[in-house]
Amino acid sequence: MSHLVSIDNVDMRYGGADGTLAVSGLTMRVDKGEFAAVVGPSGCGKSTLMKLVTGLHIPQAGVVIVAGQQVTKPVSIVGMAFQNPTMLPWRTTLENILLPLEIVERHRHRLRANKKEYIEKAENLLEIVGLKGVGSKFPWQLSGGMQQRANLCRALIHEPELLMLDEPFGALDAFTREELWCVIRDLHAAQGVTIVLVTHDLREAVFLADRIFVMSARPGKVVKEHTVPFERPRDLELMYETAFNDMVHVLHGEIAKARVVA
Amino acid sequence: MTMAMQNRAAKPSTKPLMQRINWVRAAPFLYTLGLFVIWELSVIVFALPQTLLPAPTRVFEAIVQYWSPIWKNSLQTLYTTTLGFLIAVVAGLGIGLFIGWSKTIYAGLYPLMIGFNAIPKVALVPILVIWFGIGTVPAVLTAFLISFFPIVVNVATGLATIEPETEDVLRALGARKIDIMLKVGIPRSMPYFFGSLKIAITLAFVGSVVSETVASNYGLGNMMSSAQSQFNVPLVFAGLLMLAIEGIAMYALMAFIEKRMTGWAHRSTMAN
Repeated sequence: MSHLVSIDNVDMRYGGADGTLAVSGLTMRVDKGEFAAVVGPSGCGKSTLMKLVTGLHIPQAGVVIVAGQQVTKPVSIVGMAFQNPTMLPWRTTLENILLPLEIVERHRHRLRANKKEYIEKAENLLEIVGLKGVGSKFPWQLSGGMQQRANLCRALIHEPELLMLDEPFGALDAFTREELWCVIRDLHAAQGVTIVLVTHDLREAVFLADRIFVMSARPGKVVKEHTVPFERPRDLELMYETAFNDMVHVLHGEIAKARVVA
Repeated sequence: MTMAMQNRAAKPSTKPLMQRINWVRAAPFLYTLGLFVIWELSVIVFALPQTLLPAPTRVFEAIVQYWSPIWKNSLQTLYTTTLGFLIAVVAGLGIGLFIGWSKTIYAGLYPLMIGFNAIPKVALVPILVIWFGIGTVPAVLTAFLISFFPIVVNVATGLATIEPETEDVLRALGARKIDIMLKVGIPRSMPYFFGSLKIAITLAFVGSVVSETVASNYGLGNMMSSAQSQFNVPLVFAGLLMLAIEGIAMYALMAFIEKRMTGWAHRSTMAN
């Protein structure tokens, strides 16, 4: 298996030569088709990691390679979703989901002529995440959980090879969150997309990911890497098994240690 | 709201009259009426001469008596105000988009704009008169100068406050600055823009009337200043009343446009 994302010994400092060092000596690899989770104490540079991989920031030292190419500018093969769904309120949900297609070079010139095909694709995605028929509604007519589902559709509409999720379920209630874990689990299984999930929620990480990276406090680097042994497809019941809880417990201990060191 | 009123009026209701009246809708009229009643009564009670404070009945009398000049001058003021306001809309939108485009331009021009806005516009009228002579042109320009600032600030603010996440999502897809402006920035600043029109139109009246008062032979400002020099105080108040009416009408028009153009920004309060 080839690496889709490979980060080598990366330093990223904000605000000039004596600014904050956000990550230092960061090294990690994510295989194609893999579901990776990144956990760590707050302020460990997880968001910086997002921006490095998507090409929004270029590191001062080290190399970031995505899909075989060194990242020197924004890479459009990535879809992103944040905790804040950032749906545009003047567009319907469907129009929001189609927004990336108006931007990505590969699609923007085809959009007008092939509108129907793209709309079908969007409707299809909406159905997968359980939002069938709400495409014509405005985002503010949807609940928080529904908006986050639509947000996932928007991140996936241009068929990205890599999906970067920055705590996408942070603001949701426990039950909605579990529902969306299943949605993202099924999306990953069905679309074969590579996913990097940045999260604070250790149970979320263990339930969803194949591999978990534990980051240290600022300046962030990967202190530990775990392979999650549980077989797919995983059921929510898994979370009540001893092996699952043991793994969460171990992760919890490591992050607590990483915090103390800081 | 209107629909509900009509429905209720059409149905024969058994409710007593007091409950059938929509008090919220009636309030603006009742309060205005109340103001005139209090005004009239105080003039009577304190026995004020009409050269000091004419009673509203006397003011309405003056409106009827001087209807022809009032009408002509009102139209003139409306014309200069609207023209100045329209120029302010175009220029304000343009400058606002320009300022909001980049953080550097925003930082550089903002203090200049504040400084310019702090200058009392009445002080500019003599300069405008030197450049353009007295009459319509300085009135239009004063209306423009006083009303374009809120438009600029609001449009620029709308552009400058795009959520960083939205920008990140789009930039990661390879969006250029112009894409982000067209897809997010400009639609996003529209509620700010239409909101600012309400402020701008009332300021435009202030500008045009100030200029007409100081340097013009037409308009309500000029009419009031000549009425004042003849101690025709009821006519001065008639002019003020006409200005208030024009101001309310234009404000209502702007509020209506705002609601029509950016309904999504208002409807969001109805979300569950």
